[in-house]
Amino acid sequence: MKNERPETSPFFARDRDQHPPAYTPWYKTSVLRSPQRALISLEGTASEITGPVFGHSRLNEFDNDLILNYARPGQMPIGPRILVHGRVMDERGCGVDGALVEMWQANAGGRYRHKKETYLAPLDPDFGGVGRTITDADGYYWFKTIMPGPYPWPNGVNDWRPAHIHFSIFGHGFAQRLITQMYFEGDPLIPLCPIVRTIPDPAAISRLIAPLDMNATIPMDMRAYKFDIVLRGRRSTLFENRKEGN
Amino acid sequence: MVQPLGYLKESPSQTAGPYVHIGCTPNFAGIHGIFEQDLGAGPLYDEKARGERIAVNGMVIDGGGNPLKDALVEIWQADADGLHNSPSETRGTADPHFRGWGRSPGDMETGEFLFETIKPGRVPFRDGRLMAPHITFWIVARGINLGLHTRMYFPEEVEANAADPVLLRIEHRNRVPTLIARKEGEGLYRFDIRLQGEGETVFFDI
Ligand SMILES: [Fe+2]
Repeated sequence: MKNERPETSPFFARDRDQHPPAYTPWYKTSVLRSPQRALISLEGTASEITGPVFGHSRLNEFDNDLILNYARPGQMPIGPRILVHGRVMDERGCGVDGALVEMWQANAGGRYRHKKETYLAPLDPDFGGVGRTITDADGYYWFKTIMPGPYPWPNGVNDWRPAHIHFSIFGHGFAQRLITQMYFEGDPLIPLCPIVRTIPDPAAISRLIAPLDMNATIPMDMRAYKFDIVLRGRRSTLFENRKEGN
Repeated sequence: MVQPLGYLKESPSQTAGPYVHIGCTPNFAGIHGIFEQDLGAGPLYDEKARGERIAVNGMVIDGGGNPLKDALVEIWQADADGLHNSPSETRGTADPHFRGWGRSPGDMETGEFLFETIKPGRVPFRDGRLMAPHITFWIVARGINLGLHTRMYFPEEVEANAADPVLLRIEHRNRVPTLIARKEGEGLYRFDIRLQGEGETVFFDI
C-alpha cells in the first residue's frame, strides 16, 4: 500500500502515551519549558493536514554523506564508518515518499560543531555533523556517517547521553512534523539517560533503538544500522466523519 | 482472541536538544559549505507573490520569563487567497510565488524569531465555515519533549476572530488573546509565545 498524494483527510488522533509528557523534572530543562494547561484538542483542518513539498532537486549529491560532505579534499573524519538506513512509514504502514529527513550528531569523540558547545573532546576538522535527504517513492532513506560518541551533559552531576543521532522528519502534513533521536543497539547508557527516560513506555523506547543490520553492512567498508521511523497515519477518505454541529 | 489491527505506532518524540540549529539551520549555526542555504530561510514570497507583505516577530518565553535562545520555530500558512501550496490542497491552485512554509532559528543573543510573509486569506474549517486568517506555528527546543502546535491570529480581524471555529473551542475565553498578535506598525506584527505560567499560550493537540 502506498501513501498516494494528494491525501486530504485528517490524521489519526495522536496517541500521547507513546510520547514523553511535557513535564519531566529529571530532565531539568523541561521544568520551565513545559506547558501546564491542557492542550486544546481538535481534528486537523486544512491548515494542519497540508504541507509543503521538498523537491529532490534542492539536494546535492553528498547531502546525506557525512563522511564526505565536510571533509577537506583527500581527508575523512575519524571514527567507525556506518550506514544508517530505514524507511519512513505512517501508522498504516504506508511508505511516506518525499519526506524531508534531516539529521545531526556529535563526532566520534562526542563533540558537536557548535559555538556554545564546551565539551573538552576535540572537533574533527573533517566532520560537520549534519546531513539531509528526501525519502524515495517507497519511503526509504539512507545516510553514510561515522559513529557518534557518547557525551556528558549538565543535568545530574554525572549524566551521559548514549550515542545518538538527532532526526527531524517532515512528511506530507504539518501535523506530522516530528523530531526524535536514534540510539544504537547494545549501548549500556540508554537506560540511564534522563532524556530517553522522558518516554514512559519501555516498548516505545525500544522503537528508537536501531539494530545492527548485517544484511545491509557493506563488507570491508561500513557496518549498517536500520532505523525505521513512523509518522502519524491518515484516516481513509472513504469514511468522512459527519459535519460538526454548532 | 481477535485479529490484530496491524497499525504501527508513531515513533516517540525526543527533544530537539541544544543543537537543533546544527541540523535544521546549519549555515545559521556557522557550518558553511555543506548546504548553500538553510531550508525555510528568507521571505516566504518572491516579488511576484500576491497579497500584503507582513513581518511577524516574537520570542518563545519560558516559565521564568526568559526568552529561549535555542528554539526553532516553523510556520505554515495559506496564500493571500486562502490556498495552501501543497499537493493536498484540493480547492484550487495556490500562488506559485508563495511557498507557505518558513523556519526561523531565533537570534542567538535575543531569541527573536522573524518571518517575512504575506497576510493569509481565509481557509475553511472542516464543516465549511471560514476560519479567520491565521498562521500555524510549531515550536521545538531543548527542554520541549514534543513539538508544540499553536496558531497566530490577526488583531484587526475582530469579527472573523469572534466567529472562528477554532478560537470558539477555547473554553477559557481569557486565554484567546494569547493567540492574537499585536500590531506594531504597518504590516508589522508581534507574536510572543509563552510556554508556561501567566499568559501561557494556547497549544493544540491537532
Ligand atoms: Fe545530542
